[in-house]
Amino acid sequence: MSFLPYALAAWLFFVGLYGIVTSRHFVHLVICLGVTQSSTYVLLLAIGYRTGKKAPIFTSGVPVKVGAVDPVVQALTLTDIVVGVTVAALLLALVIEIWKRAGTVDPDELRRNRT
Amino acid sequence: MTLVPLVVAVPLLAAAVLAAFGHFAPSRLDNAVAIAVTAAVTVISTVLVFRSSDETIHYWFGGWRPRSGIAIGISFSVDPLVASIAALVGALATAALIVSWDYFAERVPPYFHVLVLVFVGAMVGFVLSSDLFNMFVFFELMSVPAYALTGYRIEQQSALQGAINFAVVNSIGAFMLLTGIGLLYGRTGALNLAQIGQVLSRGPADGLVIVAFTLICAGFLAKAGAIPFHFWLSDAYAVAPAPVCILFAGVMSDLGVHGVGRVYWDAFSGVFARHAAAVTGVFVAVGLATALFGALLAFVQAGLKRMLAFIVISHVGVFLAAIGLLDALGLAGATLLVVADGFAKGAVFCAVASLARRTGHTDELAAHGLGRQLPVTRVLFAVGGVALAVLPPLAILGGHAWLRATFVVTSALTGAAVLRAGARIFLGFGPKRDPLLVAPPRGEEAEVPPTPRAGALLWTPGVLLLAAGLAVAFAPGLAQRAADQAARAVDRPALAAETLHGVPAPPREAGGLSPVRYAYGAAAGLLAVSLAALGLYRRRIPGLVERPLDCLKLLHDGVVGDYVAWLTAGTAVLGVLFAFLLRDGP
Repeated sequence: MSFLPYALAAWLFFVGLYGIVTSRHFVHLVICLGVTQSSTYVLLLAIGYRTGKKAPIFTSGVPVKVGAVDPVVQALTLTDIVVGVTVAALLLALVIEIWKRAGTVDPDELRRNRT
Repeated sequence: MTLVPLVVAVPLLAAAVLAAFGHFAPSRLDNAVAIAVTAAVTVISTVLVFRSSDETIHYWFGGWRPRSGIAIGISFSVDPLVASIAALVGALATAALIVSWDYFAERVPPYFHVLVLVFVGAMVGFVLSSDLFNMFVFFELMSVPAYALTGYRIEQQSALQGAINFAVVNSIGAFMLLTGIGLLYGRTGALNLAQIGQVLSRGPADGLVIVAFTLICAGFLAKAGAIPFHFWLSDAYAVAPAPVCILFAGVMSDLGVHGVGRVYWDAFSGVFARHAAAVTGVFVAVGLATALFGALLAFVQAGLKRMLAFIVISHVGVFLAAIGLLDALGLAGATLLVVADGFAKGAVFCAVASLARRTGHTDELAAHGLGRQLPVTRVLFAVGGVALAVLPPLAILGGHAWLRATFVVTSALTGAAVLRAGARIFLGFGPKRDPLLVAPPRGEEAEVPPTPRAGALLWTPGVLLLAAGLAVAFAPGLAQRAADQAARAVDRPALAAETLHGVPAPPREAGGLSPVRYAYGAAAGLLAVSLAALGLYRRRIPGLVERPLDCLKLLHDGVVGDYVAWLTAGTAVLGVLFAFLLRDGP
């Protein structure tokens, strides 16, 4: 089992967080949130992956003996993607409204307006 | 038995129906349907409290029961403690929907009721789930409507910003939670909490277990608003419409703490059994810091909604410390008081809604003396303020005297903040200027135009909620019964055998409760009144208090990047602490 997918998951998580912390544009921030979330997809799929096994689809032509990668984590990943899309859509809608009201989507500039 | 899935299915189905057909019906009809559904959730949950009092109900979806000790299906586990939290969710939602009947000046769009119903269904599902991934799904399902409801006042820039901060911080918390769940699944091959607990207890507390525990705790604590994960909370609660705040403040934050407790007891209590004292140390320390910090900042807010947001943070700290005591009494006290205190916080928010509707202000200094015309709201606000001081000290059923004394002080501060604001607004006491108080950011608090005649629908739910809260807190014998139930909930091996093998867990009895907790509660009540008077009539602020407070205020700058930096740093500190304290020696 390779450690590469786990290293990739950790990298994606932290690079996404770095992007969110330093972001100067809300759209950029939402995309960075998506990058952070991708780390969970990679992690889940890596946990369920078995070298040399098939996709977990059993039809009459495939002998069950071959074995398959873990379908549970794939279901988890799918759920995770649905959640991610919902949150991103909602956030982007809020960002558009902020642009309409404030004329800026820079978090720092919004703070200056507030105080 | 068959009642169990209904508490989640009914609100979710009703939400789907309202989303499809709500546009064709008048708004009042949508609201009436939503009220009926949440009332039904309350009633069914209350029935479940009694039905499960002798034996925990395990409901396996689709009849997929465990085979030879391996859980293949997904289950809800219902005991009286979680069922009472579900009943709290239902009751607060009913109150929120009744308040919204008169609160909004404009026609309420059907999606408001849809969002509230999904929120309710998801929260109930979260407390009943005994499957880690289902907990995550319901956690996300209750988060997304909450983000949308926070940004309901879409014409206000501060509401949009509050919703974005809420969504970003909580999403990152949810990713941490999911990463922790993934790691646990990789180690144990299970998602059912009981089975995870069985597998983990056979192995050592190594790096992977500690990282998973850290990430899961951080995810839940970000939702709860414990320090230093709390920054989003005051931004979001201050801008959400007051009826929505009833649900947010009353129960949503406490569910994060409930999640920590449930996952610790069901999954980790076996593997960390030798390090329980260290876990207690960390949870109590975080709880103490949160309680103190929230209370101090609550006391210096002039905006009522921001003040209540910090009160929520402070009380979350008390509940976290109570659960962190890691015994049956702590869990029982925390659950009992999540319910009682949740009712009280909801009641105070009803009073705020009534005040806002009548005067157009929720700012303590701007509304000085304006509340004189509101006799019932005035009493509701005052009794609610005293309840907020008295109830949390009752939650700490055990622990050292100094710990309980500290929580007396923090709770008294939170109660005093409400009492001081109430005296200014409803009685016209004290000066109209106060250099200590922080004015809310521009354009944040005003949300509805004032009307000369505010209906009884705004304060009646508040009165009922407060009565329910006091009844739960002071009903004779209830605390003892809760302690007995909690003694069953913290016996992990017996509970796992019951879940996975169908061996009924024996009934348990906790030790007797000491009535000294009433003395702590009374002390907090008296202290709250004195502190409120001090807040109104003191001459000047000691410099020793003023400067650190200014620094604290500066941290809450509304920039989401800073909040995420705090979240990351807090998680790292938590992880380092756990790594040093919990690791099994070679």
